[in-house]
Amino acid sequence: MSTDVESKVDESPLDSDAELGDEYLTFSLADEEYGIDILRVQELRGWEMVTRIPNSPEFVKGVLNLRGAIVPIIDLRERFNLSVSDYTETTVVIVLSVNDGPDDNERTMGVVVDSISDVVHAKMSEIQATPKFGSSLDTEYISGLADADGKMLMLLNVDAMLSISGMLG
Amino acid sequence: MSIDMEQFHQVFFEESFEGLDIMETGLLNLDNGEADDEEINTIFRAAHSIKGGSGTFGFQSIADFTHIMETLLDEVRDGIRELTHDGINVLLKSVDCLRMMMTAESDGGDIDDSEVKTNFDALQNILGSSDSPSDNSTAEVADTTSDVPSAWKISFSPHKNFMQFGNDPARIIKELATMGQLTGHVDTKNVPDFVDLNPENMFLSWDMELKGNVTKEQIDDVFSWVEDESDISITALSKNKEKTQNTAKKSQDTKIKAAASQAPVKSAAADKKEKSAPANSSIRVGINKIDDLINMVGELVITQSMLSMLGEDFNMTRLEKLQEGLIQLDRHTRELQESVMQIRMVPISFTFSRFPRMVRDLSEKLDKKIQLVMHGENTELDKTVIEKIGDPLVHLVRNSIDHGIEMPEDRIAAGKPETGTIQLNAFHRGGNIVIEITDDGKGIDKDVIYNKGVEKGLVEAGSKLSDQQIYDLLFNPGFSTATEITDVSGRGVGMDVVKKNIMSLGGAIETHSVKGQGSIFSIRLPLTLAILDGQSVTVGADNYIIPLVSIVESVQPKKEQLNMVAGKGETYKLRDEYLPILRICDLFNIPDAKADKLEDGLLVVVEADGKHFGVFVDDLLGQQQVVIKSLESNYKRIEGISGATILGDGSVALILDVPGLIRMSD
Amino acid sequence: MNRFFISFLYKTGGLFTREMNGVLNMALILTVDDSASMRQMVAFTLKGAGYDVVEAEDGQKALAASKTKKFDLVITDVNMPVMDGITFIRHLRAEANYKFTPILMLTTESSADKKSEGKSAGATGWIVKPFNPDQLLAVVKKVIG
Repeated sequence: MSTDVESKVDESPLDSDAELGDEYLTFSLADEEYGIDILRVQELRGWEMVTRIPNSPEFVKGVLNLRGAIVPIIDLRERFNLSVSDYTETTVVIVLSVNDGPDDNERTMGVVVDSISDVVHAKMSEIQATPKFGSSLDTEYISGLADADGKMLMLLNVDAMLSISGMLG
Repeated sequence: MSIDMEQFHQVFFEESFEGLDIMETGLLNLDNGEADDEEINTIFRAAHSIKGGSGTFGFQSIADFTHIMETLLDEVRDGIRELTHDGINVLLKSVDCLRMMMTAESDGGDIDDSEVKTNFDALQNILGSSDSPSDNSTAEVADTTSDVPSAWKISFSPHKNFMQFGNDPARIIKELATMGQLTGHVDTKNVPDFVDLNPENMFLSWDMELKGNVTKEQIDDVFSWVEDESDISITALSKNKEKTQNTAKKSQDTKIKAAASQAPVKSAAADKKEKSAPANSSIRVGINKIDDLINMVGELVITQSMLSMLGEDFNMTRLEKLQEGLIQLDRHTRELQESVMQIRMVPISFTFSRFPRMVRDLSEKLDKKIQLVMHGENTELDKTVIEKIGDPLVHLVRNSIDHGIEMPEDRIAAGKPETGTIQLNAFHRGGNIVIEITDDGKGIDKDVIYNKGVEKGLVEAGSKLSDQQIYDLLFNPGFSTATEITDVSGRGVGMDVVKKNIMSLGGAIETHSVKGQGSIFSIRLPLTLAILDGQSVTVGADNYIIPLVSIVESVQPKKEQLNMVAGKGETYKLRDEYLPILRICDLFNIPDAKADKLEDGLLVVVEADGKHFGVFVDDLLGQQQVVIKSLESNYKRIEGISGATILGDGSVALILDVPGLIRMSD
Repeated sequence: MNRFFISFLYKTGGLFTREMNGVLNMALILTVDDSASMRQMVAFTLKGAGYDVVEAEDGQKALAASKTKKFDLVITDVNMPVMDGITFIRHLRAEANYKFTPILMLTTESSADKKSEGKSAGATGWIVKPFNPDQLLAVVKKVIG
């Protein structure tokens, strides 16, 4: 692997956040580990039936009533063209806040992932120019790579992967 | 104590804009000769309030400008001056100018100083004097020089009725004592015997001596409120020797101070412009609506506490009580919802009020004679609808003035009254508000429009069109029938936008016209954008809501009524009409629709743009009122869907956009 | 004996005193103006200085309010719809409860005749518009302390 991975998971509780790096919520998706900036996470929910939206791409599962707001739910496996699998007991919907559009509209959206793993501190590293690391995932959604307990973590750019124009053209 | 005056600005701007509207309306009434004394009083009062407020809240240029308007209006009010047609024109222009200044202050734009000067001079011209109010300050400063002796003898004898004006001699004496060293004695010789004493009257008087650096003006100021209710004499005891020198120096100081104090004012104004935050949209609510709300909340609280008491110790014998309570809760919730929606409702007069001025200005420009008649100004509409319907109405009224009403000589030749009439009508019909723009002008020549449509390639030559279809051509982009292009209604730009805007509000426009007699444009709008009555339907696993306003009826189709028409797809024969059928499952690509054959499902007959369609669904559920939620705030607009709503079980149902569905099927 | 009575009257500023509104209550002020922004500014300023304030938007409403409470001071605009300030002052002064209550009018300097008209209707004094909160407070403090 030609990526410059910075391993820095210091367990010392006395260390400041700045030294540890930002906090990420990690989850698994088709046997790969991803991380999302925890400040973007609004809540975690189990999978529940949604209302389908006509003439929308497959990865848009539908909309959900989240305390009176109509929130679209995106299947991340399908969004990233990974193999599709059935939803199980561990399937989780992560509700995220997304800054979208030229006016930085704040949207609320949910993403379906296989399961939640952990919350880790991680420092982001740059992605090398030739990244084809066993994932079909388009690198434009990856803001960096990190190491969590020896496992590679792909840190996702929430705004890029959930931008309406990016998803729906 | 320092108070941030900016917190009152929003309210000040709101009431001032209202005041300007009142002035405008009043001036137009004056011009029409419909005015009484109260009218000019009302105009004066509005100007007076704007002047007082703008001075207090630091908008000096507005205060100065309003001052001269007020002076003119005051003379008119007192009957010293007659207001001519031209005078009203100047005042109307000044109202526009004030509106411009006010907008600049509230939105942080720039005031067009030359515009202000032009209008100021025009007002000045009427008044026939030349002094500008901005020059006053220097004159006043120079005048404040006066003698300053080292002590004053003050004799103060209040009249009997002194206290009956809320006056208190102690207040005056206390105030004098703060200015210097005050000595003196009270004279009680006028106090009658106790039996004769009327405690409401004043019998005392004072002789005092005030030492210190005090001017006569300062002492006069203390007595300024009571000089009519008391005898006051103030005399200097000894002169200050350095008097002349001092005063000269003092006046110079004041001048410098005055000059210096102007600089920060200017920079403060500049600061303000930079930061000018976008004004929050606010709404003024009648107190009765608030009271209604409070009453409802009160009832809701009672029901809630009744239910929670019931829940604490519940058994089946109390089931009936519980059900009763729930019904009550349901009713109160609905009433509360209705009352809250009422808050958003504002009278359409907010939109109508601009038309008298517009009709007056335009008819003058075109040398036409037009009177405007308005009805139903108090009809209430959702604030959002009111805001968005303004421009379409302006276009339609302009269109009627420009293309509808004929020139006076043409009207006389046609045997009509010289003065044309444009009517604006607003009223309720069904669950809708209807706004009609009626003119008694030359009407719409269908042949002209038809030929023009053919010429423009919008209509196939020789095809038969209904009246409504011909009128609809008017709303086609780029369509214009005026032989001459005027700058009033332009090249027909706008009529297509008018229709688009009205449709975006969930409304529709209809045209009726009789050649030679006039035209009626009739706009139908939903009462509110936030709630609609809907019919719940199912297609496959999904629930959809169809707005009741677009539903004509629902039918179970029979095989013999169904036809395939070449090129037009499936149709359903309802009485004498063949309705195109829209299959939701096809338009929305719903794979699990239960009914495939038309006989197995239901047709909801809907109307849009004056045409009927059959919307094919699996089944009908109940009718209910739903709160409209935006799909766009977190996602995006979907063709054929106008929004979403949350059903009683917490799930989401999508609301169908009937005109959108029809466009999809084309 | 009578002197004592008189001095009591003078000290308290009339037969009806603030104390009668309740010993611990701050002075109660009625502000009357058809302009919401002016009214709010006056009320906000006075409340900030610890006074209790009731607002009314015209003379008629103010007159109704005056019957529900005993105000220690009334500040009224002159130009108002429904009932103007001068008429209001005349009516209020005729009320037994308001024989001695200070009544101030808000007026612009241009209306010198309004001042005398207001005085003859029973106004105690006036505050000249435009004024700032400090000027307002200075006058109010002078009148009711």
